[in-house]
Amino acid sequence: MSESRGNGKLIRIEVLRYRPEQDEEPFLQGYEVPFTDDMSVLQGLQYIKDWLDGTLSFRWSCRMAICGSCGMMIDGEPRLACKTFLRDFPAGSVRVEALAHFPIERDLVIRMDDFLAKLESIKPWIIPKEERSLAQGEYLQTPAQLDVYEQFSSCINCLLCYAACPQYGLNPDFVGPGIMALLHRYNADSRDGAAPERMEVAGSEAGVFNCTAVGYCSEVCPKHVDPANAVNQNKTRAAGDYFLRLVTPKGGAR
Amino acid sequence: MNTSDSRRPYVRPMAGWWRRNPFFVEYMIHEATALFVAAYALVLLVGVMRLAQGEAAWNGWLEALRSPASVAFHAALLAAISYHCWTWFRIMPRTMPPLFVGGKRVAPALITACGLAAAVVCSLAVLILVWGATR
Repeated sequence: MSESRGNGKLIRIEVLRYRPEQDEEPFLQGYEVPFTDDMSVLQGLQYIKDWLDGTLSFRWSCRMAICGSCGMMIDGEPRLACKTFLRDFPAGSVRVEALAHFPIERDLVIRMDDFLAKLESIKPWIIPKEERSLAQGEYLQTPAQLDVYEQFSSCINCLLCYAACPQYGLNPDFVGPGIMALLHRYNADSRDGAAPERMEVAGSEAGVFNCTAVGYCSEVCPKHVDPANAVNQNKTRAAGDYFLRLVTPKGGAR
Repeated sequence: MNTSDSRRPYVRPMAGWWRRNPFFVEYMIHEATALFVAAYALVLLVGVMRLAQGEAAWNGWLEALRSPASVAFHAALLAAISYHCWTWFRIMPRTMPPLFVGGKRVAPALITACGLAAAVVCSLAVLILVWGATR
């Protein structure tokens, strides 16, 4: 990137800064950035870091909406910075903040320890119903069986759905939309047999019933995963498990 | 803010969260219209109580329903409950397991349309029933 870029067009990018070693609380800092119509908000931030202010911190990797690293609040909406273009802010300014509902580590970088711990807790891999040896061949699946969970397997862990979920903001213990989409992706897989284990998480105090069906998580998902659907399908299942436990002789899983 | 952590992560406050995004404002309006559903249930409940108290009480209740204030209140109830119904069925496809008809997945818009159609049909059926019973 060179300083000659921009064809004379300028946009003001306001960034919520927070430097824990010197700031008591976050503050907005504005930068005038020359841009062309093909530049994303991420490229705008990269211009700032390269030419205007090397102390600005943000996460990014693939620049093509598949790594899930550059999620941030752009004019108040959770979006991927690489998938949002500077040309779409005709007013000539755009405000960029760290993803809502997460602690700010520094500038636009959020702390995602909570999400990673929850991700581990749901065992996000296939735990086969019955182990097959290599000689027995692959685990087969029909297109109809694939269709049941395929949409949920598109999750890229970008956390936009968490920034869209006020219930997670109000109660960070809530397992949340993204984790429920991933949980459902494995539970709904015909090859998997660990649904009862994962339902312990879905049916817990921090589980699906924290959701009040705001539905914004599914609106902002850049991969059309529909996490709200995963959460709500598991409300039905968790309620079913609860009542079934009362009528099964052994008392169910718990 | 967690001061025991040397990294000093900053936790932003949640106060006024629902005013931050038009989507949240709409959600709160939807949730608030549920109170109108409860209010109408109370109106009906009072009717049942008045009925139990005898003919004079019942007729008094019917008379009260005809007052302009009551008619205006019921018009407001109808508007709020219609909005609640529309927003409720709009989110219904997100709350259901996938529905397959003839091997094909039913589109969310069709599920919403079916819900709304069912609400309209039920409302008309009750209206015709009550109309017929009071003629």
